[in-house]
Amino acid sequence: MDNLFQTELFALTLTVGVYLVSLWTYRKTKKKFLHPLLVSILVIIAILNMLHIDYATYKTGSHLIHFMLGPSVVALGYILFEQSRYLKGNIVSILSSVLVGSIVGIVSILLVGRVLGVTDVLIATVQPKSVTTPIAMAISAKAGGIPALTAVLVVAVGIFGSIIGPVILKYLCVESKIAKGLAMGSAAHGLGTATAIQMGAIEGAISGLAIGLMGIMTAICVPIINWLFHFF
Amino acid sequence: MLKQIFNILFFYLMGELVSWLIGGFLPGSVIGMVLLFVALSFKVVKPCDVRDVSLHLTEQMGLFFLPAGVGLMTAVAVIAENWAFLLLSSLISTILVIGMVGWMQQKTGKKEIKHG
Repeated sequence: MDNLFQTELFALTLTVGVYLVSLWTYRKTKKKFLHPLLVSILVIIAILNMLHIDYATYKTGSHLIHFMLGPSVVALGYILFEQSRYLKGNIVSILSSVLVGSIVGIVSILLVGRVLGVTDVLIATVQPKSVTTPIAMAISAKAGGIPALTAVLVVAVGIFGSIIGPVILKYLCVESKIAKGLAMGSAAHGLGTATAIQMGAIEGAISGLAIGLMGIMTAICVPIINWLFHFF
Repeated sequence: MLKQIFNILFFYLMGELVSWLIGGFLPGSVIGMVLLFVALSFKVVKPCDVRDVSLHLTEQMGLFFLPAGVGLMTAVAVIAENWAFLLLSSLISTILVIGMVGWMQQKTGKKEIKHG
């Protein structure tokens, strides 16, 4: 029996099963803090602990699912292509706004990290926090962070951003639909987009575009900024 | 369907190749995403040759990060020791990004026609 728990089949069935139940719960309750990713991670950890299965065993068993992360990031290229028509006429302002937003986000974490005196590992873990999870984990891994912790931060930031975002935009008197959508997607990825869609169709589409742009810009900026800051 | 799967895998492979060529500076999957976007934009690849698989993959994305996300169980000590930094930096940075992007796009973008 113990042997069965160590198999690939068990890891795969457990992962897909828990995810399905979490999705169902999320759709039924519509509570933002019951985000399926967060709930699934916690439930799977609880089950693994109960059955005394260590992470290395589970990781090997579930590798098939983990592999799909790469192709799904590539597939985002198609989604980005679908939304690229919203760039027309605003291409310079959209690209520069997201670029500046990405830099501000990365540098602010570096500064807080330096003030509190934490390790570079932790800084690299938090820096991709505004980027959609699969890209964020890839950036975190490349920069020497802890991808699993990044994944959880990304979801937490998404929930926080989608709640606080409309408040900040109102406070700053941002009324432009493009600006609102862009800000929500840049800071809070898919969860921000869900909020942006509720604001309107243009806000939603621009927000989707912002997810891809923020991912690319952050992937480029994190290594450059961290390299520059090594001189200070 | 098989052709679509091949296309995605092929762009992923090319992304990894470019990533290796530039010294691992950017993740291969992100480069693959950009390459696919460029290929679609310049009509090298037809949208219908990646569409269905792309929509399927992106729809199920949540599932795909679970194996790595469960790795959180190995990071409990790190979180316990550094929760103040994790919380503070995430909150400050998120507020700054939302404010900066929204404000700057409103300042620099074209004026939109207001409805209602």
